[in-house]
Parts: sequence; C-alpha cells; structure tokens
Amino acid sequence: MIEQLLNGLALGMVYALIAVGYSLVFGVLRLVNFSHGSVYAFGAHMALFFVGLQFGVIPAIVFSIILTGILDILIDKFSLAPLRKKKSKGIAALITTIGIAYIIQNLLMIFFGSQTKPFPAIFDYGYVTVLGISIKSTQLFILVVSLILLAILTYVVKFTKIGLSMRAVEQNQKAASLMGINVNSVIRFTFFLGGASAAIAGSLISGYYQVVYPNMGFLAGLKAFSAAVLGGIGVLYGSIVGGLVVGVSESYAAALLGGSYRDAVAFIILIIVLLFKPTGLFGKKDITKV
Amino acid sequence: MAKKLALKNNTIVDWISKLRNYYYAHKKVFFIALAVLIVLTPYISPSQYILRIIIMVGIYTILALALGLVTGYTGQVSLGHASFYAIGAYTSALLSTHFGLNFFITVPISAIVAAIGGLLLGLPTLRLSGTYLAIATLGFCEVVRMILLNWQSVTNGPLGVSKIPRPSIFGYELTLANNGLYYLMIVLLILTTACMIAIVRSKMGRALKAIREDELAATMMGIKTTYYKVLAFVISAFFSGLAGAFYAHLIRYIDPNTFVFDTSIMILSIVILGGMGTINGMFLGSALLVSFPEVLRFLQEYRFVVYGIVLVMMMRFRPQGIMGGQKKSNYQFPSGTIMNRNTTQTKFSLSQENSVEGGV
Amino acid sequence: MAFLEVKGVSKHFGGLAAVDKVSLEVNQGEIISVIGPNGAGKTTLFNMLTGAHALTEGEIIFDGEPIHNHTPQEIVEKGLARTFQNIRLFPELRVIENVLIGMHIHTQYSFLDILFRTKKFRKIEVEKHQRAIDILDSIGLKQQVHNYAVNLPYGDQRRLEIARAISTNAKILLLDEPAAGMNPQESEELLEFIKELRDQGYTIILIEHDMNVVMNISDRIVVIDYGKKIAEGLPEDIATNKRVIEAYLGRSE
Repeated sequence: MIEQLLNGLALGMVYALIAVGYSLVFGVLRLVNFSHGSVYAFGAHMALFFVGLQFGVIPAIVFSIILTGILDILIDKFSLAPLRKKKSKGIAALITTIGIAYIIQNLLMIFFGSQTKPFPAIFDYGYVTVLGISIKSTQLFILVVSLILLAILTYVVKFTKIGLSMRAVEQNQKAASLMGINVNSVIRFTFFLGGASAAIAGSLISGYYQVVYPNMGFLAGLKAFSAAVLGGIGVLYGSIVGGLVVGVSESYAAALLGGSYRDAVAFIILIIVLLFKPTGLFGKKDITKV
Repeated sequence: MAKKLALKNNTIVDWISKLRNYYYAHKKVFFIALAVLIVLTPYISPSQYILRIIIMVGIYTILALALGLVTGYTGQVSLGHASFYAIGAYTSALLSTHFGLNFFITVPISAIVAAIGGLLLGLPTLRLSGTYLAIATLGFCEVVRMILLNWQSVTNGPLGVSKIPRPSIFGYELTLANNGLYYLMIVLLILTTACMIAIVRSKMGRALKAIREDELAATMMGIKTTYYKVLAFVISAFFSGLAGAFYAHLIRYIDPNTFVFDTSIMILSIVILGGMGTINGMFLGSALLVSFPEVLRFLQEYRFVVYGIVLVMMMRFRPQGIMGGQKKSNYQFPSGTIMNRNTTQTKFSLSQENSVEGGV
Repeated sequence: MAFLEVKGVSKHFGGLAAVDKVSLEVNQGEIISVIGPNGAGKTTLFNMLTGAHALTEGEIIFDGEPIHNHTPQEIVEKGLARTFQNIRLFPELRVIENVLIGMHIHTQYSFLDILFRTKKFRKIEVEKHQRAIDILDSIGLKQQVHNYAVNLPYGDQRRLEIARAISTNAKILLLDEPAAGMNPQESEELLEFIKELRDQGYTIILIEHDMNVVMNISDRIVVIDYGKKIAEGLPEDIATNKRVIEAYLGRSE
C-alpha cells in the first residue's frame, strides 16, 4: 500500500507541475490552453534529443526547459496575442490552442516517429531506504525535484515583482496596463513559466517511465488539467493538491481495480468535485457584475 | 491601378448580388435542381469509395448540426460529443447483434439512450461556466470510452463489435451497392435539418441565442437559462446518437477508438469552420473537413499539421466561420406579418397586449 | 398599500454595505427617480429589485406579494423589467430578435408545436412579430428592425433596451441611466417617450445623472448616498434639500 502511495505522490507531483502551467495561463488569460499537453510532450522529446547528444544530462534538460519555454512564448506571440489585440471571443482562443496542439503533436510524430522510444534512466539509482521504508530512488527524485520547483514557482508568483505584476494582470488587465505594467510581457513570462515547468515535468516522467512518445501529452495533459480544475484553476496550491489527489487516486485505482480503469479516475473525481463545488476545491468565486 | 481593382471588385460584388437576387426570385427552381442532384448523386458518383465519403459527410453533418445547437446557437463548448456518437453506435450495434432487432427499432432507442446520457451529463454540468463545462464534457467522453474498453462482457472491450447487420426494410437489405444506405442517410439528414430549423426559428432558438450573446441579460428577460441549456444538450445528444447508430450499421464494425477526443474535435471544427449559429455552414464545413484528409492525401503525414494551421488561421482571420457572422439579407418575418399597418391606431397600444392574448 | 414596497433592504459585500436599510414606496403610474453620487448603491438597489443579487436583509413586496426570494425569471414574469447601465443587448442578434426575446415569457407554445410548426405556433409567432414591430415603431426604431443591435448608434441601443423591457409586458420598468450618452435632443425625445409610457399606466423607476431630466420628469425623487436613503420628496424639495446638496458637492465647513 505504501508503494502505491509513493507512486501516486510522485505521479501527482508531475501532474501538479503540468497543472501549474494550465493554472498560470488561465489566471492571466482566462483561457484553457489546450496546447499545453503537446508542449509537455515537446519538452520530453527535446530532453530525449539533447540527452542523446551526450553532453551531460543536466545541460540537456536545461536546454530542453529553455527551448520549451521559448516555444510557449512563440505560441502566444504568433497565435494568441493577435487574437487579444482583436478582442476576439474566448472560444476563438480555445480553438486556436487546439489547432496548435495538432501542429506540435503531428510535427513531433513526423520528426521523431510515432512509435514509443526508450528514454535513458537518467536518475535511477535503485532503491534507497528512508525511515525503514525502501523507496524507489526515481520516485524520491521526482518528489524532491518537483517540490523544490513548485516552491520556487510559488515564491516567484507571491514574492517577486514580476509575480506581483502577474497577479495584477490576473485581477484586472486594463487597470494593470494603466499602472504601467506591460501586460503582454507579463503574459509572455507566464507562458515561459508554463512551458518550462511542462518541460521539467516531461523530463521527470520520461526518466521515470523511461519511454517517450508524441501522444504522451494527450492523456497527461487532460489529467493535469483536471487536476488544475479540481484544485481551483488559477490557484497555485490548488494545482498541487489537485495533482496529488489525481495521482494518488489513480495509483490506488490501478492497484485495486486493475490498470485499465486508472485513466478514468481523474475524470470521475473531477466531475464529482465540480458537482459539489463548481469552482474546484480552492477556487474563488467570480462575482458577476451587472 | 487601385481604381481598376476597385472596379473589378465592384463587378464581382454586383455579380454575387445578382446571383443572390436570382436565387431569391427563383427559389423553387433551385430547390428542384438541388433535389434532383441529391437523388441522382449515387448514379453520378464514380465509385463506391466516393459514395462512402459522401455518406460520411452526411453523418458528420448530422453530428455538426447537433453540436451546432449547443455550441453554435447556445455558445456552450462541448468537447465530448464523441461520447454521444459512441453511445448511439454501441446501443444500436449491441441491440441488433444480441437481440436481432431491426435497424428501424434500434435507431430511435439508441438516440433516446444517447439523449438520456446527455441529460445525465447536462443536468449537473450545465450550471458550470464555459471552461468547466468544456472539461466536464471532455472528462465524460473519456469515462465513456473507458467503460467501452473495460466492460468487456457487454462491449467486447478493445476488440469492438463486429458483424453488425445492415439496415433492412421488410427483408430488403440496404447496402452501398444498391444505394440504400445513401438514401437512408439523406432521410436522416433531412429529418435532423428540419428539426434544427424548426427549433432555431422559434422562441427556443431565440432563447438559445440570447444565452449565447449574454446569459445574464437573458436571465433578466425571464429565460430559464439552465433549462434551455440542458434541453439543447439533450436534443443534441439525441441526434448525435442517431448519427452513431447509422454509422454502426454503415461500417458494420465499431470499436472504442472510433470515438475519441479527435472525433469530438473534428465535430467542433466543422461547426466552427462552417460558421457558428448557421445551418448551411454545417453542410459546407462537413464537406470540407471530411473530404480534407482524402483530398490532401498527397500531403501524407503533414495533413494534420495543415489541419491545425487551418484552425489557427481561421480563428485569426475569420473566427465567425465561412457562413457565420452578420448577414446582409433581411430578417425573414413569418408569413402573415404586416410591416406597415395603419399606425395611427396602434401607435400607443403598448398596454393592450393582454387583451390581444386573451384570444389565444 | 403601495404598488411596490421596499422595506429596509440591505446588501452587504463582505463587510461593505453597498445598500443599507433602504425603504421606499412606489405607487402605480408614478415616475420615481433614484439619484445619488457614483457608487452610492443605486444599481445595487436595482439588482436586488430584479433578483440579480440576493438581499442581505429586508423585503420587497410587489402588488401585495413578496418577491425578494424569487429568481430573476420569476420577477420578470411578475412584471418588473429593467434596462442596464452598461448596455446589455444581444449584440449579434437583430433588433427585432432582441424584442422578441423580451417576449419570451409570454410566447406560449409547446415544444411539439415548435417541431411540427402547428397552426397555434404560426399564429402566435405572427402575433408576436406584429407586436414587436409595433413596439419598435412607437419608440422610433422601426427602420432598424433588420439591423444587428451592435451596429446601432448609442442612443438607439438605449432605446432598444427600453423596447426590450417593455416587450416583457412589465408593469414596472426600471431604467438604469437611460439618457446616458444621448445628445440633448435625443434625451428630450426619450423624456417625452417615458412620460407617454407613464400616461399609459406604466410605473417607472429611473436612475439618472442628468439633473435636467430628473427634475423635469420625476413625480418623486429618492436620494441615496453611501447606500443610505438620505432624502425623498418632490423635485422642487430635493433641489433645495441641504443634505442632498452636501452629498453632491461635499460638506462646506
């Protein structure tokens, strides 16, 4: 049982990392960024590619993070920013991100092949024993790395100047822009953060399962999004709690009900939570102005 | 140069408006020509392969009309319509393979089962706002797919249902070769279209559009927004189920992989490309997108990249879709409405409404 | 008993009392203006009257029946309809459709009537369209029936909002700054129109900043400041009321 719990927690942290990307972008744009799952897959493939070049695992992953962050900025700059300028309806942006997802996912298939590729075990050191419990080192690694990253993200959003700007844009874009905040660069920074955390999540999960494939972002993205909504989209710690809930319940479902049901668990929990708390566990209620 | 171009543009506009006027003047001629074309299509069609694609266009048009009611007219994004398509297909397939029921019995049952699915999903989730609704429908779609995959004793799991019988009327089997399936598709399509037109040109259609335009203002006009959203959703699920049932008997083999997220996105793309809040746009959008992979076969694996680019470009340059947006033509009043009544007696009749209604 | 009785209603947002124990009575066929500085709570009061906000305390009685626990839909059906300060038309719908939507609650045919386009359906549709044209005609928008609401000039949009409110068969119209953004001639016409509405038996509650309009048209005026009612009376009394002048111009000490 402990094993399932640990597995679930590790998985949950990765979901949380992806969920944060949804949540951040939703916060500033009120947009569900459907391209995020494919961005995560892109990050994993970049990690695979750079690790393959044999100049060290850490630099390879750093490259992947930066590239993926830049990709997210480009997505915003070339597809979403023009829509904002035209003051398009929300649905236009939503469809745009779905289009982007198609583009990225299929380009990955073309360049890397649609088959499942092995990913090197970059952080597997066997089992370690902590407090008398033997834990897979990969799980421990994921837990520790994601915790550190989420802490850094929380710090950036809560305590830095750019984080303050992000929260200002989230509250009221117009007012923020009148206060001299460059809204577009804040949005771009948000996208960078989202892309970067997706790349880290991609690298971690690929190192954990040791496989990579272009469609990997689809289900993971959906589940992470469920996690974000579950916790209350737009709330950072909500994403973390949501991710953990999804990860742990999925892990137990796989053990108790059999592997084939695990993928549905996230959605069932999501629908149930939404029924009772339509804005998620920690979500704030929007006041409609008449 | 610029003048010349403007001149040329003008002639094109002239030409289009002439054509439109001609169309309005000779509507009957156009309709008869269209009807003849529809009837003759199987005989003109060069191969069964083409005919099959045409039938698929018809199925997707039904799906798009169904989703169009929810997304195009009511403004609620559903990313899970493949689930209703699946429920319809599986219900009909299982009823006919296990119990040997006739297509014409299983189809209405399938549509109703799908509609019940729509009700079960719609009742709780349509209180949610846009984003949450989108994700809840998507989640529902995945859950349905998981059930299809795992409930092996009933659905046969990943292997799917095969040997689904063809539809037959009094023992006469409808096939691709005898064009029966084609005409059946046309009948279902006309049925769906007629229902949709009837709905959108009524107080219900207006209520749905009001919800799309401004839900709060709609509430303030006395529209029971949740009721109408759920109703639209249920009707939409009904026709999606209908399309699914027909699909099952057309292809004669179904498995869970036909009804995935991509299918939902395909339907949504048709609605958006064709033009949200239109009926004719659904036909055009479906014709374009369904034939798209076939026509663009030469692009091979780049097809779906192009597909993505088309979606992005569309949203950027014509978000209202090909047929959507404001129309130049006048509003069509129901026949019998008099525009210029003798206004001296009606000018200040604002409070007489009740006496008028007494007669109804 | 008055037609509409508002008894000590309050609305709190968190700790802030946007409206604080306001009472007022409206008689049938009156034009009442609610005035006050920006942020005084006038629109919040309207929101409570039409069911958009739940009350924190107090009650609202319309035609002898309490309505404060009702949904917005039920309140419209009872006969209170409103316009919005920031115009909330259905922008991408035609002018006539906007009015027809206002008639939704008393367009009574069933779903089966819709599907089969029965005689009843067609008869009611013609009637409603006819009446929509009449309403638009009386407010001077008949030429615009085919146009889309979003394309109308500002003044026409405000008029269309009033037309839409009338089309609900309301007995009381709540008009939130109907003359805002209109030029003097337009607002003069609007004034005449509102008076005509009253003469036909409509009861009108008005939020307005244009003092000219208010003084000209109102049977009584209610003044709100910081969520509290600070004065109520005939226009000439309000114009000279000390507290009102203070609220608008600040205390001069």
